[in-house]
Amino acid sequence: MSDLPLIEARGIVRHFGHVQALKGADFSVGRGEVVALIGDNGAGKSTLVRILSGTDRPNDGEIRVNGRLAHFKSPQDARAAGIETVYQDLALAPDLDASANVFLGREILKSGLLGHLGVLDTARMRREAAVAMERLGVAINLSSEIFKLSGGQRQSAAVARAAMWATSAIFMDEPTAALGVVQTLGVLDLIRRVRDAGKAVVLISHNLPQVLEVADRIIVLRLGRTVGQVAASETNVDDLVKAMTSGELRSKAA
Amino acid sequence: MTKSIAPMNGLTASANAPLDIQRPSASPARRIGGVLSNQSTALFIVLVVLAAFFSAIRPDAFPQIANVLNMGADASILLILAVGSTFVIITRGIDLSVNGVLVFSGVIAAKAMVAIGGEGPYVLLVGLACAIAAGAAWGLLNGFLVAKAGIPPLIVTLGTLGMSLGFALLITGGVDISDVPESLVLSVGSGRLAGIPILVIITAIVAVAGALMLRFTRFGRYTYAAGSNPEACRRASINVTAHLIKVYSLAGALAGVGGYTSLARFATTTLGGHLTDNLQVIAGVVIGGTSLFGGAGGMVGTVLGIIIPVVLLNGFVVLGLPPFWQQVAVGAVLIGAVYLDQLRRKTRER
Repeated sequence: MSDLPLIEARGIVRHFGHVQALKGADFSVGRGEVVALIGDNGAGKSTLVRILSGTDRPNDGEIRVNGRLAHFKSPQDARAAGIETVYQDLALAPDLDASANVFLGREILKSGLLGHLGVLDTARMRREAAVAMERLGVAINLSSEIFKLSGGQRQSAAVARAAMWATSAIFMDEPTAALGVVQTLGVLDLIRRVRDAGKAVVLISHNLPQVLEVADRIIVLRLGRTVGQVAASETNVDDLVKAMTSGELRSKAA
Repeated sequence: MTKSIAPMNGLTASANAPLDIQRPSASPARRIGGVLSNQSTALFIVLVVLAAFFSAIRPDAFPQIANVLNMGADASILLILAVGSTFVIITRGIDLSVNGVLVFSGVIAAKAMVAIGGEGPYVLLVGLACAIAAGAAWGLLNGFLVAKAGIPPLIVTLGTLGMSLGFALLITGGVDISDVPESLVLSVGSGRLAGIPILVIITAIVAVAGALMLRFTRFGRYTYAAGSNPEACRRASINVTAHLIKVYSLAGALAGVGGYTSLARFATTTLGGHLTDNLQVIAGVVIGGTSLFGGAGGMVGTVLGIIIPVVLLNGFVVLGLPPFWQQVAVGAVLIGAVYLDQLRRKTRER
């Protein structure tokens, strides 16, 4: 973790008509850090992540990436800044194989004339995907269509895809909500490996024990504002619940 | 510091365990099976059995070269349309307008060739260009209305079916144009190269090109992806709208080619001769294993799905059975094919 946060957001405000989704939220994440964003329903977690990943735009506030002001007008802008998002519905094409999904929208074409005709270099994509999966410790059959994979394997494919393309940060909205116990452990390990590779991971989750297990730092949102932040090693489920409901956050160290 | 236990040693052993449930990797044999897919293999067997059956009963008529070539010519125009419809249906779309666009394109090509006059190859090429352009224009309109305006493809293409047929009738005053260049009829319509009808050669080129495009190019990949999960495509920065417009334009252009070949084969614009082509094409594509729910299908299946009804019809005629049984059989098989596809979809949701 360098001194300068990788992504920093200050005073983010977002309203939809009369509904104030965010009333000045602060947020930061560093390289090689897992930050969990928690809060009750309607606290503004998803809105904040949508803004940070370029899907939505704030009414006020500033976002800095590597200390530089960033204005994401689309997910493509965030992507260009090295930020990938794993959506709750995974956004995979079930009829395509895992390798095709990993390279969806980023297909590699053959060189020369065939490439000009739009011919895919399927073998090369499969090789590169295999290398990335190996590095992440994900063992899925890359030539298998997504609909043939288990829920955990699909989730792994989605996370691995994001990890493969993210040069700086990955946002994940409830990455284990639909998974069983064993599959969840696999995805949590994958998250740690992504972090250990020096990338920032931002996690939205309702599952507090899980958050405590995998996150380095926890940021609590309540009614559109940042209540505070705490190192995962210095708090517990009861304190987090209290922070989410009453807005008081204390850490054991304080 | 409970969480610091896991990172390093958990990495290899325990971490991989839940993700390691790897399916047996595809053997070469299974890969070939995958290319054909189960449905295509089954259809191929059906085709072989039908051909063997008809040949055994009427060896003097069914397996004769003249009869086989005749079936090839019968299948050719439908198959050209079906190549385009395969792309459309894979995107979860449907194109009911192909026969209207076919007739319209034929009329435009006939008008253009008659206006230029003469019999030279230049005239024939201009006619082909006009037919393709006219077809592609209708396809562009279809694609724009479906992808940009968001109107259901069933309604859009039902509308353009009526419009294109209506315009064809308006342009001709309801009277077929029959003074098409004789050279067109003699070369494309009934000409042969090494004994194979030119019509069949043109169709084979279209089908093979379509198959390669669908399977090996980025265009084909996006066609499957757009039908499988359009939202995933959008999030992956794929312009789904633009892609759908291209797919419908391709189907329109191929309907133009179909109009040109129809003109060549029948030596007239056949204003009333293609009334059920669209339904036959959709039936063939769906019987061939392309899913109405999008994302799955292929050209091998489409070829078989078009050829089998043609063989069936021919066989009934050769056997002296009422040929209307063919319609009954194809209808029943179509319903069965979609039912099977639905069952497959249901089991994979679990």
